[in-house]
Amino acid sequence: MYYVELMLNGLLVGSLYSIVALGFVLIYKASEVINFAQGEFVMFAGYVIAFWILSLDFNIVVAAFLALVVMVLVGLLVEWAVLRHLIGRPVVAVIMATIGLASFLQGTAQLLFGVETRTVPLPIDDYPIFIGDLLLNRIELVAAVFAGLGFAAVGWFFVKSRYGIALRAIADDQQVSLAMGINVKTFFGIAWAIAGVVALVGGVFWGNASGVDTQLALIGLKVFPVVILGGLDSIIGALVAGLIIGLVESLAAGFLDPLVGGGTKDLTPYVLMILVLMFKPYGLFGEKIIERV
Amino acid sequence: MLTLNNIEVIYDNIILVLKGVYLHVPEGRIVTLLGSNGAGKSTTLKAISGLLKSERGEVTRGSIEFQGSRIDRRDPSDIVKLGLAQVFEGRRGFEHLNARENLIAGAHTNRDWRQVRDDVDRVLTYFPRLGERISVQSGYLSGGEQQMLAIGRGLMSRPKLLMLDEPSLGLAPMLVEEIFGILKRLRDEESVTILLVEQNASLALSIADEGYVLENGKIVLQGRADELGENADIKEFYLGLSEAGARKSFRDVKHYRRRKRWLS
Repeated sequence: MYYVELMLNGLLVGSLYSIVALGFVLIYKASEVINFAQGEFVMFAGYVIAFWILSLDFNIVVAAFLALVVMVLVGLLVEWAVLRHLIGRPVVAVIMATIGLASFLQGTAQLLFGVETRTVPLPIDDYPIFIGDLLLNRIELVAAVFAGLGFAAVGWFFVKSRYGIALRAIADDQQVSLAMGINVKTFFGIAWAIAGVVALVGGVFWGNASGVDTQLALIGLKVFPVVILGGLDSIIGALVAGLIIGLVESLAAGFLDPLVGGGTKDLTPYVLMILVLMFKPYGLFGEKIIERV
Repeated sequence: MLTLNNIEVIYDNIILVLKGVYLHVPEGRIVTLLGSNGAGKSTTLKAISGLLKSERGEVTRGSIEFQGSRIDRRDPSDIVKLGLAQVFEGRRGFEHLNARENLIAGAHTNRDWRQVRDDVDRVLTYFPRLGERISVQSGYLSGGEQQMLAIGRGLMSRPKLLMLDEPSLGLAPMLVEEIFGILKRLRDEESVTILLVEQNASLALSIADEGYVLENGKIVLQGRADELGENADIKEFYLGLSEAGARKSFRDVKHYRRRKRWLS
């Protein structure tokens, strides 16, 4: 029973890893750039929603909606102010820009909202749910539902909608996309806006679990093995890898920690990542580079 | 329909690639632009479709007019909406998209979803082979299928003028014939005007109505396709025929090269 419970809780936490990883994947899919500020996006979203609720006393629905608008604007602004000017430049330049962006977001969030740690209050009972003998965290359950919805929406958008097709086309060949009349800049904006929205889901629930301050941005690093494991450009990969990492972490904490005295929880994701990379260098679901001979 | 008035193109503010290219494509015709490697053929097409900016090139002199309006300062997406489509050299499919998604991406400027679906079917009637492989990632299609897909994708924006950059590149002769046959049908049945850039001069001249020869960024020769085919210089330098019109034999290769008459 203890074993099943560990697994379930691991999966629930894993779904939250997945949704944060999705932010990385979105940006990579559209522009082949790893956004090192994705963790800061999550942090910023946490600050924003905490501000609406705690300082202005909005109810959670209104606050979430306003935060959504803010995150869309942040995404568009980042694309317009920074990324747009780097189209066609070396990837390293773009990566450095996202690292700079990370510092900028940390500083701005503290300037605007203050430095003290706060918690995003959620109107959800923290009394656990019992299913038979299983003990489940109610908030994590709700979080998993939202993460699932986020994945369904983004997945549909990318695979089925015309705009998703256009975004994937841009990822394959920017110049040809331009010639098809696809406005590359607009679509980069859309990708960043969606990444902002996705970060909001992470910001709300991680902000509730571990509090909102600049430490929250570390979630970006925490999720990095998930992104690599699943494949940098795979949505389904982010989902599966998030769940796997959540599961492995939870099991490691339950079984290995008592044996060695702790610490395996943080180690196992990276070990797993390295193992997978040895056999599948594009990650579990990453797009292979197609070469014709 | 399309007129280039002595355009000059400069890359990176310093490299002069086109030095006064003029070109006129009348409606409903196939016009071919011939020339060897590096003559500036692809640059000419990119100047027309507005893609130079993405390669840090610029039209510095002259003008490009399409159906009476100037297009040389406009965005590529505007130009597509006006009815100009480009099929790239080397096919350039969206590799990770399947064939159908490639076609849909080509119709990006068309807001009417039902029309887009009909257009996919219409393209497939021209390229039935694509229909069989419609849900294969296009990177895994054969070279000929990829070229068909590239042309089909170009047609999806319902262009009035289709520009093709070396559609014969790297394809087996039979496939090339098939594709060129389809180009002729497009002109006759869909009244699509075609600007065809080719290195394979005899093939291009066989289906074109008019031709231009580009060399070192300048138009050096122009005329009706059948007349160009008879031109002694064209025969010598582009068709590989000796002056008598027979296939050149290596037994009597001369020690000097014929001087191009247009250089004097």
